[in-house]
Amino acid sequence: MRRMTWNGSLVLTAVAVVALCSLSFGQATKAEEDQRLGMESHIGKLTGHAAAAQGTYRRYCVGCHGPLGDGEGENAQWIDPKPRNFTLGIFKCRSTTTGTLPLDSDIYASLGRGLDSSNMPSWNPLSAQERADLVAYVKHFSARFVTEKPGAPIEVPPKPEVTADRLKTGQAVYQKVECWKCHGPTGSGNGPSAATLTDDQNRPIAPYNFHDGTRFKCGTSDEDLYKIFMTGLDGTPMPSWSDNIKPDEAWDLVFYLRSLQPMKSKEKEIARQIGLKPGAPSAAPAPSPQQ
Amino acid sequence: MSAVRKVAVSSLLLVLFSTCFVGRAHAIPAFARKYGLRCSACHEAWPMLNYFGQKFKDNGYQLMNDRDSPIWQNNGYWPVTMRITPNWHRESTDKVAVDQAPTGQQQITAHGFDVGGLDMLSGGTLDKNISFLFVLSSDENAAFHFESVNARLDNLFGSPWLNVKMGKFELDNIVSEKRWLTLTADGGGFQLYHFVPVGDSNFLGQIGDNQFGLEWMGHSANDRTRLSASVLSTTDGNPDLPGSNTYTGFFAGSQAFELGSLGTQRVGFYAMVGQAPTNTLTSDGVPIAGAGFGNKTFSREGFNGIFYLKKLDFQVVTQHGSDDAYFGTATQVGGPTPLPAGARSAVWNGAFVETHYVYNPQLIFIQRSEWIRMSQQSIPGTPSNLGDIDNYVIGYRYMPIMNSRAGFAFHNEYSWIRQRGTAPDGSDLTSSSLMLGFDFDF
Repeated sequence: MRRMTWNGSLVLTAVAVVALCSLSFGQATKAEEDQRLGMESHIGKLTGHAAAAQGTYRRYCVGCHGPLGDGEGENAQWIDPKPRNFTLGIFKCRSTTTGTLPLDSDIYASLGRGLDSSNMPSWNPLSAQERADLVAYVKHFSARFVTEKPGAPIEVPPKPEVTADRLKTGQAVYQKVECWKCHGPTGSGNGPSAATLTDDQNRPIAPYNFHDGTRFKCGTSDEDLYKIFMTGLDGTPMPSWSDNIKPDEAWDLVFYLRSLQPMKSKEKEIARQIGLKPGAPSAAPAPSPQQ
Repeated sequence: MSAVRKVAVSSLLLVLFSTCFVGRAHAIPAFARKYGLRCSACHEAWPMLNYFGQKFKDNGYQLMNDRDSPIWQNNGYWPVTMRITPNWHRESTDKVAVDQAPTGQQQITAHGFDVGGLDMLSGGTLDKNISFLFVLSSDENAAFHFESVNARLDNLFGSPWLNVKMGKFELDNIVSEKRWLTLTADGGGFQLYHFVPVGDSNFLGQIGDNQFGLEWMGHSANDRTRLSASVLSTTDGNPDLPGSNTYTGFFAGSQAFELGSLGTQRVGFYAMVGQAPTNTLTSDGVPIAGAGFGNKTFSREGFNGIFYLKKLDFQVVTQHGSDDAYFGTATQVGGPTPLPAGARSAVWNGAFVETHYVYNPQLIFIQRSEWIRMSQQSIPGTPSNLGDIDNYVIGYRYMPIMNSRAGFAFHNEYSWIRQRGTAPDGSDLTSSSLMLGFDFDF
């Protein structure tokens, strides 16, 4: 009997410790976040204030991203892919080098554009000031924005004229760096590694299918596509190739990828004229991407 | 009670009746379930839309991402929503014709527990850029009618400026009565959207009623600029072509602009111009459907605006209305009585201001003040203010549940209305409503 009581006390103590730890951890997180409510964002002439966005965040964002910004909102369980955990300070869509914080304007652009193939809509109906305030509020969730500065934005050289040679070079780059391993030999998102991919929180993630005509995750323009593979999508298996692909080659790859998409384009027309078909993977080993 | 008084009282009761049973609607958790968003993403306070919700509606119930088509939904997903409001309410009218009253009239007050009608809504997309909506509304006795039934081709040729809708639908009123926040018998609807002058026989020009027709609507990519034009059957939304072969046009446009930290403001206009029959052929004395004749003209036009001052917003609507003299005097073309001497169009002006203080997405305070003034009576010599309306509403809605599956609001509201000269004794008729209810949808 005494032994049972002792065991019961142990269990109760353990439960209490765990509960208190959870409580204090939650409180500490919230308290730390509250201290960062003075966070600002700067987008062009706009200055956003985190404190001003509390109501806006509660109205529009909290259902998915959660009150603590940890991506654990009430709807998160129903959503695939899962909402971003802002506390990590890791963002897919950046103009900065991999592993660094995004510019305020990067987050602002994501808010306005929305993220295709996800539940994140375009929040363009909100006023520019509301979006700027929200950027500051998103930043306040992560201590990284206090201790670190955003990375340097990568330089996007002027886009050259698309030619048949550039398309062929782009195809060679696609094979050389083994884009096909994830995106598939024809760019259909069905490469040999596709089924095994997970994001940084170990959740399954699918590579982009160039043939379905949807918008890229981080923009619509050729420049956006250039940035996607030169900065990488942090938090996903998509690495930065800025150390392995020269700027000129990067534009060639942009042209080739455009030719794979179903929409009418100059690239697609040239590919048709020269009979360029999505190629089989080469045997050449790929260089290691920048992680 | 004189014939004119009877008509007057009947008119007021009809207006009140019509505003009571104009379908409320359009807070649709089915959309929230589809997209995983809270009610508050689209609704300032459900069912009133915010700019994000308005854009969602204007895009054909689409977020314009790659998941708009229902093919992306689980097979078990069925886009249906129901809304109902059990409540306690008190209705009081100061002068009601009563046989037992020494003066022939007395105040009548009724109160007790009750229920509002049920709305069953289904809406969404049939495929990318093909959307639909139907709203089946009942009164409190479960007598149903189709409040809305329409399909819409969205973004034709990839342009947000080309959207075509056909069926029965709400007119493109940027200050929407279908997503109103007030629910009482006297203050539940906008009087301006249903106004009929005393003695007027035209009940087909109510911009608050859903109508059968074809609508073109276009908007800029960010929805800041909106334009629409509709051609409507002049039936006031009644099925089976009951009137004559007449049509009504409705036009609306608005422009939104940002005013720094105050918010996004919108100003716009609307105009309705139509013809309706004053008489009809009969068979054994029974009107023959679709055989109306003696068409005459009516019009409604005005400005509207939505203005934000941070947590405070103002919705403003003005109206200048006109009914042909035949309508104004309830005279039938080719009928037994000629148009009274000196008869002229019935003309009125009106406006309302509805104010919301959004304390937070779950608590909103509401007031509306509405005034309608006759500027020209059809029959010369009629008191100039006969039929004028003053209506005031205050209330609040507290929404403790507002997730992507359901909404629940505690609703408390008081309204007061006065119409000049329409009591049985010819004096002003005043009534008030008080309501406490549980308004919920799922």
